[in-house]
This record gives sequence, structure tokens and C-alpha cells, in this order.
Amino acid sequence: MIPELGQLCTVIALCLAGVQTIFPLVGAHRNQASWMAVARPAAAGHFVFLALGFGFLTYSFIINDFSVLIVASTSNSALPLLYRVAAVWGGHEGSLMLWVLLLAVWTIAVTVSSRSLPDELSSRIIGVMGFISVGLLLYILSVSNPFLRLFPIPMDGNDLNPLLQDPAMAIHPPMLYTGYVGFSVAFAYAIAAMLGGQVDRQWARWVRPWTTAAWMFLTVGIALGSWWAYYELGWGGWWFWDPVENASFMPWLIGTALIHSLAVTEKRDLFKGSTLLLAIGAFSLSLLGTFLVRSGVLVSVHAFASDPSRGVFILSLLVIFIGGALAIYAWRAPGLDRNAGFKMVSRESFLLVNNILLSIATGLILLGTLYPLVLDAMNMGKISVGKPYFDTVFIIPMLPLVLAAGFGMHAAWKSADAAQLVRRLRWPAGVALVSGIALTALAWGTGPVLTYVGVAAGIWLVLASLRDPVMWLLGKGPRLTASMIGMQLAHAGVGLFVVGITVTSTYSIETDQSVRLGETVQIADYAVTFNNLQQIEGANYTALRADIDISQDGEKIAHLNPEKRIYRVQTMPMTEAGIDATLGRDLFVALGEDLGDNAWSLRIQYKPMIRFIWLGCLVMALGGLIAIGDRRYRTAVQTEKIPVKSGTAARPA
Amino acid sequence: MNRFLVPIVGFAVLVLFLMIGLNRDPTFVPSPLIGKQVPAFNLPELSDPDKFVTDADLRGKFSVLNVWATWCSGCRQEHPVLNQIAAQGEVPIYGLNWKDDASLANEWLQRLGNPYTATAFDSEGRVAIDWGVYGAPETFLIAPDGTILYRHISPMTMEVWKSEFLARIASVSTP
Repeated sequence: MIPELGQLCTVIALCLAGVQTIFPLVGAHRNQASWMAVARPAAAGHFVFLALGFGFLTYSFIINDFSVLIVASTSNSALPLLYRVAAVWGGHEGSLMLWVLLLAVWTIAVTVSSRSLPDELSSRIIGVMGFISVGLLLYILSVSNPFLRLFPIPMDGNDLNPLLQDPAMAIHPPMLYTGYVGFSVAFAYAIAAMLGGQVDRQWARWVRPWTTAAWMFLTVGIALGSWWAYYELGWGGWWFWDPVENASFMPWLIGTALIHSLAVTEKRDLFKGSTLLLAIGAFSLSLLGTFLVRSGVLVSVHAFASDPSRGVFILSLLVIFIGGALAIYAWRAPGLDRNAGFKMVSRESFLLVNNILLSIATGLILLGTLYPLVLDAMNMGKISVGKPYFDTVFIIPMLPLVLAAGFGMHAAWKSADAAQLVRRLRWPAGVALVSGIALTALAWGTGPVLTYVGVAAGIWLVLASLRDPVMWLLGKGPRLTASMIGMQLAHAGVGLFVVGITVTSTYSIETDQSVRLGETVQIADYAVTFNNLQQIEGANYTALRADIDISQDGEKIAHLNPEKRIYRVQTMPMTEAGIDATLGRDLFVALGEDLGDNAWSLRIQYKPMIRFIWLGCLVMALGGLIAIGDRRYRTAVQTEKIPVKSGTAARPA
Repeated sequence: MNRFLVPIVGFAVLVLFLMIGLNRDPTFVPSPLIGKQVPAFNLPELSDPDKFVTDADLRGKFSVLNVWATWCSGCRQEHPVLNQIAAQGEVPIYGLNWKDDASLANEWLQRLGNPYTATAFDSEGRVAIDWGVYGAPETFLIAPDGTILYRHISPMTMEVWKSEFLARIASVSTP
């Protein structure tokens, strides 16, 4: 009964999404206030019924109702409660339910905070978001129904993929999806503005916090996924250029460009064409990511479901959403864009360069992801693109970007004085150059030239970003707004990230050794002792747990328990690495195969500065959070609230 | 051309390729190589570059060619399954180490166990192109006469091994 109720709620949500699309959009077109007034109640109802539908689905997982197909295929009665809930989005059908639910949540956030917007604009935004929901709900109910029953009812479920039975993996998809779906707000704003024919500085100010919020969630989501891959997959890598990773990274890059482009639109009323295009692009890449992952066009380790009939449906949705948006863009944007002067050396120029480089990087990643497909389609044979390609093409646009970003932050709008810029930044530049080279050589020894360049560039970006906040704290510089501090902090995060990547990829030590029980092996300065091995029983797995001590200069510094688990239902071996983490380095030990005669292969790694990779991401996200808190986003709302409110009051309810 | 039209034209081209790609989905449409003879190759053996692995090694019995690399996460995932299959000893597994670093690859086999009868070292990926390899891991089933019977893309699992590989061997050998 419960799943049927869930399905009914989802159908009602679809109907309400239809209402949420048609009335506000047509009402805005005909300027009929009564039609536009439907937008908010319809969106509220849409959210309530979707939440109910999702709730009923989750309930089926919690009570282990294996008569529901997806419960039987991704859950198990022995699964701990947390993972039974996480199993809702552990499969294809449930993860799309999560996707639309999050879309409804973002829509509600828009309805609540858009009261100060002109009715026409807010109606169009809500209508566009409703339209996206209609498409996805049709997809869910027709080819991806999560409420389907299974007969005969199995005794127990097939269990959640053991790889996903992990706290970080339980929250990674919701974070990532919140980011993905969050770009739908900027997308809806862009479409609404183009339909209404007005893109101005006020519009950009409205869109900015939404974009930053979505970007922030996506940043955290991607970082969580990378962290998970590092400790859970058992071989110490943190990024693989897997198509699914690329699918989340491309919207992030374009979202980053969008944030910068919006800054120019808000401050200088410029870059409107590119802002609109990037707003469409960020969400389109999110949708394309869904298509690539779900359709089976690209086969990837992450693709937990692939089905061509679904692929055709998703492709049709892409054509309608992206194609439609780009058609509106081609039709309306020419009248909105304007070219106005700014000098060669100015913040606008730096931001333009930033947008171009980020777009190039995205283009190259998209090319690498789709190239094999394109060649195959043209019967030109099959070729393969792997990590080597992506590592190379990514670093080419990124290195100049990092170097330029430090200057860009300090350049004045419209026209900047190059000499003054150099004067302002000579200290950060000098310190970065010297410390980058000296520190690297002293701390980790010699390396290739690119390593020094990378470390110096990272330090440079951190110092250039923190110059103004430090001056302010010392009382020597002007007071900074929250959005300035957030911006500078986010850039400092990028700098930390660059340092982390550079040092980790050059100076990591990775060995695989056969180690006997009781034996001690030496890696770098660390003595690793394999004390003993014991069998332990987990809730739904059996594991071998090694007991390992690590000491440095005769002093014991860490005690690690790497495990090798066999999950009972899917009989899949899983590695739980033992990691001793400090800010400066990780010591990573994973238990390998039994080599017989009390000897085991141990994968031992020393990874300097790897924490800076995720720390950098968190600092970026924190910067975003602070920037959203800027008062001007709220003051703008407050000053305009009064006339709009009196307008609503005057209108008959 | 109007620059505002560029995005939609680019998108149309992309859609075209995706449409073709959908119909050519390698998981569901048999590879053009299926039913054909194995492409000829001659590559050094991974652990002992003085020896060579050739297409002749694959003939004469049912054999399996597994494409792998140390940078491929799916290969890591399927490795225990390959070890298990090799331990059963019914069908020899040959490795095609693809676009990889020989020392890393050897280290990987030492650490995780070596399920391969022999591993061909294809550092440039040239042979993989002949085999139409799109990504790692991929696994081919080869009949005694050298025809390719089946191609599996994505990590090997025991279920796939039984339902697609062993089942095919059984149906071909007992007609």
C-alpha cells in the first residue's frame, strides 16, 4: 500500500508541476496577475507531494519492504539504518527521485525569497523550474519508476554496493545533486530574464547568491567524492578523470566562470551575453552529466545503471531543455548584450581571461570525455583517452589562470594601473617565488621544474588573496565587505589546493611490500611494523583486521588498523585503508593479498600535503558561504520589499 | 554566422553524436569484432620484455583477453574476480596492459596477485586500437579457432563470468 501511495503522490506532484509551469509562464506573457499568483501555491504543493512520495519510498527502505523492486535490489535487512536510508539514492531510480526532490526544495527557496522581485520575473523563474520538474517526473514515472513491485517477493535484498556503504558516500550524492540542481536556479533566472527582455545589474545581483550557493554545494560534493575514493578504494588515488567525475567537474568549472561573469554584469553591466550563456551552460552540463552517467553511452565504473530506452528519453529531455534554452538565447541575447569599453589592464580583462580559460578547460575535458564516442560514431575507429590526456590538457589552461588570478583580484574595474598593480603585489610575488623554491627543496628535496612552479604559484595565490584581509586586520587597509572576504578566501583555497596537488603528485612515496607478521619495514623516515592479524565480525561483513604500528626515529607515532572486508551478501572484497593523517602528510596502509607463509602484501604510502587538496576545497566553499552572507544581497531585498508588499496587499487575494 | 547561433549549432552537432552513440552503445550492440578473427599482434611480455605475446598464444583453446591498466579504477575492482577465475583454472586469462608504466604494472601484479598466463605490454595503445578497446577494463572471449566470441565492457563479475563466458564456452563446445 505504501509504495502505491508514494506513486500517487508523485503523480499528483507531476500534475502540480504542470500547473506550476503553465499558469505562471502564460500569466507572465499576458501580464495576468491572477494567473501568475498560481506560481507559489503550485510550487508549494509540488514540493509537499514530492516530499511525501520520497518519504513513502524511504519508509519502504526503512521497514525492509522487499516487495519493492529497488528495495530488493539495493538494500538488505542486515544493512544498518543509516545505509538503508542512503540506499534510497544508491540506485538509479531513487537517485533521480532525490534529484527532483532537491529541485522542489530549491524552488521553494526561490518562492520564499523572491517576493521582492517583480511578479513577472519571479513567475517566469518558478514556471521554468516547474517545467524542468515536469520533464524529469515524466521520465521517472514512465521509464524509471522507483515504486515498482517485485513478485515473487524475495526473502532478502541484494544489498547496497559495499563501495557505497560509507558515511561520506551516504552524503556525497545529496551534496553533489544539491549543487547540480542548484544551477537550475541560475538557468531559470537566465531564461526568465531573456523572455522578459531585461538583463541588468539588479538581475545579476539577484542571481549571484543562488549561483554561489549551488557552486558551494558542488564544491563540497566533489571534494567528498574525492576523499571517499582516496580512503575507500584502497589504492590512495584521489581523482581518476572517470567520466562520472568529469560530469561533476564540468558544471563546476562553468559554474565558477558564471560566478565571475556575474560579478562583471553586476558591477559594470557588461558580459551579459556570456553570463546568460554560462548560466545555461552550467545547468546544461549538469543535465548532460546525468545523461552520460545514466544512458550507457559512456561506460564507467560509477554508472550504476545503464539502459538505452532511458537514454533516448533523457536525450529528448536534453534537446528540449538545452536546445530550447539555446534557441531562446540565439533569439533574445543579441538585443541584450552590449559592448562597452574597458582597458587592456583592468579587472574586466582579467575576468574575461578567466572565463575563457575555464571554458577552454571545460571544452577539453568534454572533448576527452566524448571524443571516443565521436570517432566511433564517424566510423573512424575507436580510440581511448585516459588520465595522461586529462592531466596534460588541464594543467595548460590552469597554470596561467592561477598566476593571473592573483593580479586580477587587485586590478581596478575599467582601467587599472599596471605599475601600481606590480607595486602592490611585489611582496607576495617575491615571497612566493623564494619560499616556493626554498621550501620545496628543503622540505621534500629536488623535483622537476614544474613542481617548483606549481608550489610557487599556489603560495602566490594564497598570499595575493590574503594581502587585503591581512592589511585590514592590521588596521592599514580599507574595511572589506563580506563578499570581498569570501572572494579572497575562496581564491586562497584554490592556492592551497594547487600546493596540495603539486606536492602530493611529485613527492608521494608508494610501495607495495610483502611483509611477514612481526616484521618491520622502512619507508622514508617511517618504520612500519606488522604486529598481527585478526578476524572480526561487522554488522554485514566479515573482516581481517591488521594491527600496524608506525614509528619515526624510534618513537611510536601511529597505530593503524587497515581491514580487508568481505561483505556477506555481495561477497565483494573491500579494502578499508588505515590512514594516519596530519596536516603535513598522510601515512596510508592498505592490506593486500595473503602471500602465504604469514606474509601479506601491504600497500604503504607516504603522501605529503594531500590534506591540502580537500582543505583547499573546504576553504573555497567557506569563501562562497561568506560571500552569500554579504549584506547587500539582503539590503537590496529589504529596500524593494515595501512597494511590492503594498502592491500585493492592494490586490484581491 | 551570427555568434549567438554558435552555441545551439554546436549543441545540435553534439546531440547528433549522442544519438548515434546511443544506438552504438558498446555494452548492448555487439562489437564489430565479434565473430571475426583476433587481430594479429606481437607485443613484449610485461615482466620479461625479451619474450613476446602474440595472437597465436590466444588460439588453440578457449582463452580470455583482459585489457587493464594500473590507472583504471574498474580494473582494481575486478582484479579479485580475475584471481578467482584464474584459480579455477578452466580458461587461461591473457592480460593486455594498456598505456601503462611497466614498473607500476609489475608491482600491481605482485601485490594483488597475477591471474594472467601472460601479459602483453601495450604502452602506446596501438594493439588496443586494433581490438577496438574503448576503455579499461574490457574482457574478450576467444574460441580455439581464434574467433572473438564475446566482449564484456566494465568490471568482470562472477555473474557475468558464469552467464556470458562459461555459458558461451559450454554452448560452443557442445553443439
